[in-house]
Amino acid sequence: MTAIDMPAPRAKSRFWRKFRRNRAALVGGVIVAFFVLLAVAAPILPIADPLATSWTAIRLAPSAEYWLGSDEIGRDILSRMIWGAQASLMAGVISVAIAVMTGVPIGLIAGYFGGWTDTIISRFTDALLAMPFLIMAIALAAFLGPSLTNAMIAIGLSAMPIFIRLTRAQVMSVKTEDYVEGARAIGLGHLAIMRRYILPNIVPPIIVQATLTIATAIIAEASLSFLGLGQQAPAPSWGSMLNVAKNFLTQAPWMAWWPGAAIFLVVIGFNLIGDGLRDALDPREH
Amino acid sequence: MTQPILSLRNLTAAFPTEDGLKEVVRNISFDVAPGETVAIVGESGSGKSVTSLAIMGLLDKRARVSGQVLLDGRDLLGLPEKQMRQVRGNDIAMIFQEPMSSLNPVFPVGDQIAELLIRHGQVPRDQVAAEVLRLMDRVRIPNAHARIKDYPHQFSGGMRQRVMIAMALAARPRLLIADEPTTALDVTIQGQILDLIKEIQEEQGMAVLFITHDMGVVAEIADRTVVMFRGDHIETGATADLFTGATQPYTRALLAAVPRLGQMAGQDWPLRFPRVDMDSGTITAQPAVVDTVDRSATPVLSVRNLVTRFAAGSDLLGRPTGKVHAVEDLTFDLWQGETLSLVGESGCGKSTTGRSILRLVQPESGQVTLDGFDVLGAGPGDLRRMRRSGQMIFQDPFSSLNPRMTVGQTVAEPILTHKLVPRAQVRERAAELLAQVGLDGSMLDRYPHEFSGGQRQRVAIARVLGLNPKVIVADESVSALDVSIKAQVCNLLMDLQERLKIAYLFISHDMAVVERVSHRVAVMYLGEIVEIGPREAIFADPQHPYTKKLIAAVPIPDPARRGLRRAMQVDELKSPVRPIGFQPPKRDWRQVSDRHFVMV
Repeated sequence: MTAIDMPAPRAKSRFWRKFRRNRAALVGGVIVAFFVLLAVAAPILPIADPLATSWTAIRLAPSAEYWLGSDEIGRDILSRMIWGAQASLMAGVISVAIAVMTGVPIGLIAGYFGGWTDTIISRFTDALLAMPFLIMAIALAAFLGPSLTNAMIAIGLSAMPIFIRLTRAQVMSVKTEDYVEGARAIGLGHLAIMRRYILPNIVPPIIVQATLTIATAIIAEASLSFLGLGQQAPAPSWGSMLNVAKNFLTQAPWMAWWPGAAIFLVVIGFNLIGDGLRDALDPREH
Repeated sequence: MTQPILSLRNLTAAFPTEDGLKEVVRNISFDVAPGETVAIVGESGSGKSVTSLAIMGLLDKRARVSGQVLLDGRDLLGLPEKQMRQVRGNDIAMIFQEPMSSLNPVFPVGDQIAELLIRHGQVPRDQVAAEVLRLMDRVRIPNAHARIKDYPHQFSGGMRQRVMIAMALAARPRLLIADEPTTALDVTIQGQILDLIKEIQEEQGMAVLFITHDMGVVAEIADRTVVMFRGDHIETGATADLFTGATQPYTRALLAAVPRLGQMAGQDWPLRFPRVDMDSGTITAQPAVVDTVDRSATPVLSVRNLVTRFAAGSDLLGRPTGKVHAVEDLTFDLWQGETLSLVGESGCGKSTTGRSILRLVQPESGQVTLDGFDVLGAGPGDLRRMRRSGQMIFQDPFSSLNPRMTVGQTVAEPILTHKLVPRAQVRERAAELLAQVGLDGSMLDRYPHEFSGGQRQRVAIARVLGLNPKVIVADESVSALDVSIKAQVCNLLMDLQERLKIAYLFISHDMAVVERVSHRVAVMYLGEIVEIGPREAIFADPQHPYTKKLIAAVPIPDPARRGLRRAMQVDELKSPVRPIGFQPPKRDWRQVSDRHFVMV
């Protein structure tokens, strides 16, 4: 369908201006950028080998030598945090991207066309939702074979039904608006109506859901790692570090502090970005 | 004057905005005496609703309210919330525009009325049921004892408003604030509700503060009238004096802008509304409309035996249990340059007719020929080409434009979709179209929310004009607009008709506007046209009882003619839901005069 690219440059600059002006979103962006940089720069940073164990440094508290302490087999937690950022961020972002990119179009089709299409998709979604999120992710990951990539696909597909449901519900309310009927009346095709009239108007709740799901996905990756289905030991991820740390909460609480704090910060970062995106995309917000 | 029950003294309300405090109501002072009806009238944004909410203490917490609201001499503004709750309901009750959203959908109406009685504690427990029944009888809900257990959705709009009034009366308030209580209702139902409020007021000696934008309603009900404009109190006076000799230009302008039924006697063609300047009150007559219709030509739109039905209800297996006969055996023609108005009350099928003709809903049978296209038989390609000939403008200018698209994108969309001008010239063409509807080309990059209702409706018109349509279905396109804006948009539609020979199917419930803009009028009732004919014949010589009733129910903006209306019985539009397999009866038509037909 022909898109109207005429005023697009202006719209884009307006978007960036609004996004930049939003301090909270900027803070979120800085947080996420910080962790992304760490993940990317891991190989060139002067840090210890994340896999090197040491019998002399088991569960040491943070000190000058081990800034963030060491874990139960004497590995440097700082190093593992930095190397683990990659796995965790990817698990969070890519699996949610998979969930959004599959769930939103399916939900859009179900909500827009209604009738039998909707009945079939909705029953299928209900069936998927009947299975607990984590159980389904585990089953899928086990089926696909153990690797980080497969874990991300498994988590993405398990999170998909939520997005189908959410999108469908939003579409059902937006499609009764007069402007959608007006678009039909001027002869626009279904695809153009969905893309230009419905999708932009249902984006806000999807963004909010997506940023929240990133947190769930990072934790889910941890559980899969724990079962040997995600990041393969001994390679680190925040989730797997947290999983191990829970056994030593009383003896070595720092083992849990750092990955926990990192997940918390990343989730806040993505939430702030999400809010900023939502506002910047809405022309009614100044 | 006796001691007023309510006195406003210099009421000012301001809301914090990005640019500091913005006063939405300034220095409002007026009194309401016991048993008196005072109307606050003004256009949207005049601050009339804010005033009523300020009296009730229901404004947003951030609002800064100053001045005095004296109820029997006691200032309500300083009252703590707990005491204010006592005042609300007990001393002052309020009814709103949309009765459905004011009622709780999950409880029977009887329980909702009973709850109020119990909460106010004025009725002993064992008499609550009897009192509920008495109240429902009081507001003339037919068969009240049988309906006490019914849920809000089982009532029609008018009946729900009666329930709301019953609830407002539960605590025997001394002041009733009615905020546009009849705006969402059909005109015949509106008359009934106004009569009801008046009767109850006389029975109980209650004072009524009536908030409305409708001068016809004001003339019908108010003893005194307060005119507001952009937050300012313009003028107060006895309603009759105000209508005959308003001192302020704005009041005169407001009155002049009101379309009045019967102004069109002796006119051959539609007539532009005079231009009223809201600041100075000067009235400038507009050029007469020239004859735009050539009846010797082939009609640009022919509808034959159009039937549209929807499935209704469902049994255990999901099969429909009945059908809504929304449009039943409709036949009419529309010529180029002509305006045919479809009038009737909500649920009569007039909107469905408009949408069926453009195949936005799928009719069941019949034939529609639009500019040579067989609409109902058209394949996807023809249907797409047909879209250029037949277009639609919607009622609510706040939901008919995509909020995420700039006005430029919105107006350019149809041109691009149908590839009418080269891509490089689209922007230029969009600016041209905006100019045609009286908007500035520099507005292209703005978003719909930056525009007023009237401007948005102009954008919606510019959008469809891009296709050079032959027929425009205008579905209540001016109903949501203020009177002065309504007149401007109607004039714009007439200008375009004169210039471009557009035919309008003008769907409206507003008889006064219909009289002004139409060449012909078709009256719809329960999915059928019961009477169709030239505008002057329908208004001067209505034949069908329903047409007569519809015209009689229109409130007349003239207090001197108050109460001349026939006493109307309490009744409702019947349901168009029929069992599966229902065969509609064969209808006969009688020709009254040339082109004037009525169903027998």
